[in-house]
Amino acid sequence: MTITEKILAAHAARPRVTPGESIWVDVDILMTHDVCGPPTIDIFKREFGEDARVWDPNKLVVMPDHYIFTANHHANRNVRLLRTFATEQALPHFYDVGTPRYKGVCHVALAEEGFNRPGSLLIGTDSHTCTSGAFGMFSTGVGNTDAALIMGTGKIWLRVPQTMRFIFDGALPPYLMAKDLILAVIGDIGCDGATYRAMEFDGDAVYALSMQERMTLTNMAIEAGGKNGVIAPDAVTLDYLRTRTDAPFEVVYSDADARYYSEHRYDVSTMEPVVAKPHRPDNRASVVEVAGTRLDRAYVGSCTGGKLEDFIAAASVLKGQEVVIDTYIVPATTEIGQALHTTDLDGMSLHDIFENAGCLMGQASCGACLGGPKDTFGRNMAQEVVISTTNRNFPGRMGSKQASVFLASPLTVAASALAGVIADPRTVLV
Amino acid sequence: MEQYIQGLAYVVGDAVDTDQIIPAEHLVYSLKRPDERRMYGRFAMSGVPKAEQGLPFGNIPFTAPEAYHSRFTFIVGGTNFGCGSSREHAPFALTEAGARVVIAESYARIFFRNTVDGGFVIPFESEVRLITRIRTGDSLALDTTRAHLTNHTTSEVFLLRPLGDVADILKAGNVFNYARQAGLIPARP
Repeated sequence: MTITEKILAAHAARPRVTPGESIWVDVDILMTHDVCGPPTIDIFKREFGEDARVWDPNKLVVMPDHYIFTANHHANRNVRLLRTFATEQALPHFYDVGTPRYKGVCHVALAEEGFNRPGSLLIGTDSHTCTSGAFGMFSTGVGNTDAALIMGTGKIWLRVPQTMRFIFDGALPPYLMAKDLILAVIGDIGCDGATYRAMEFDGDAVYALSMQERMTLTNMAIEAGGKNGVIAPDAVTLDYLRTRTDAPFEVVYSDADARYYSEHRYDVSTMEPVVAKPHRPDNRASVVEVAGTRLDRAYVGSCTGGKLEDFIAAASVLKGQEVVIDTYIVPATTEIGQALHTTDLDGMSLHDIFENAGCLMGQASCGACLGGPKDTFGRNMAQEVVISTTNRNFPGRMGSKQASVFLASPLTVAASALAGVIADPRTVLV
Repeated sequence: MEQYIQGLAYVVGDAVDTDQIIPAEHLVYSLKRPDERRMYGRFAMSGVPKAEQGLPFGNIPFTAPEAYHSRFTFIVGGTNFGCGSSREHAPFALTEAGARVVIAESYARIFFRNTVDGGFVIPFESEVRLITRIRTGDSLALDTTRAHLTNHTTSEVFLLRPLGDVADILKAGNVFNYARQAGLIPARP
């Protein structure tokens, strides 16, 4: 069996499962946020009663992150609804806005708070929940109804997916990041190339990546339609976990004779920096092909491209330089936001490097990745041409239907911010 | 799930993602309160670029400006309909606008699941690329049991893919009713 099949079998209390069959599984962690939490709570109460208790308060994680720094009163009301519910249910894992507990983007915060554990099964009301699979676990996104059923019962039905295996070999050149690898995969197989399937990432080049970079790979499995993305745990995973949790877990690996739907091999030493052109994540082009495209703004942020290492990469390019277009810096979480002040490159903090370069500094949240209320920091309002480290560039994704969004790595975005046109990071990295 | 559904077609292209079905800025409204939930009907499909709104013509809004309900019962799409986010607000918005059925060549996994488990629009699949055979405003009739679609405007008949094992959840109304009928969760309080 593959790692995905093994985890699903274990959570269905069965010795084995076969791709294609539907099974009921036990959920270890359910995560929800301010956009999908309130309607999930409504359904939970409709189906289980106004006074119903969640199945296990220790397994429900509530992380408001989408529409936080806005005056929109409906959005603010939704955070209050989460607060009321967390009090009613005495939830220990509520990360409330305006308190020291506030985290920001749930997919990154789940890792930081130790909820991502090998072998476990995590469901979230957000499509990028697949990010957690970087920790050798099964994770996927669902809607409000499925989440409400889990809230009441701790269970969900899942169809066991076939697994596609992506093997990356070779040494990663300094001008490439995990974002280039996953954009290449999505460009190869298309936005629906992995629909209903698991995407397992494997190979020396994957295990040479940090956890943050691995999370970029699994994060964008959904952009190829994948049900989950997964990377087997190794020493890097266990090192990360040691500082984040003392909860028990069980590492699971794919069997040597596991059956895969398909196998795709990449030699990362020969790959190139790439972008996804407007308006689809699979509309791949090499940076060389689109270099010189005029830009209005650059954006570094989100669950995909707003992690500390994304900012270190961007700062390594921006250090001592000035951006020539509006450049937005939005840390995924408050922990990362603080680390911008305490992490130095050549004696200067990342925060100061960005400020000196003329960047606009935002607060930890999903920010403009998905547009959001009109007053969202960095939101597109007109016909802007944007280069962004985020994950989607469908029409209107960052706010305005008339805007055009190119997706790229933090290195490529930073190089482009200095040039005002799409620029190859190889031209600025020394 | 009713056996016979009739109404007008609204045709869109490939990879209509959930931001096109319901733009993220509108996700702040309650799905429960009547004064707010109707906003989902107003803004359903409003993220589709104008040139692709109501193919092959374009510039046909799914819900007329200032209205809360659509005159279209069927949404006909291409491949990977509903890709993108997991927001259940997307199938909810289509239902709130009055749509009953989506017919696409293929679906994104989470959208398809949400339509079924939440008991919203019925998601049929077509092997034929219907977006080149049906035009916005055509009059359609669907036999959901036989997966039999008639375009009364052109007199063409299409056999859609059977719904398969999700039909049981659709017949039950939603996943809660299904789970209760199967004895998986206790009766409603």
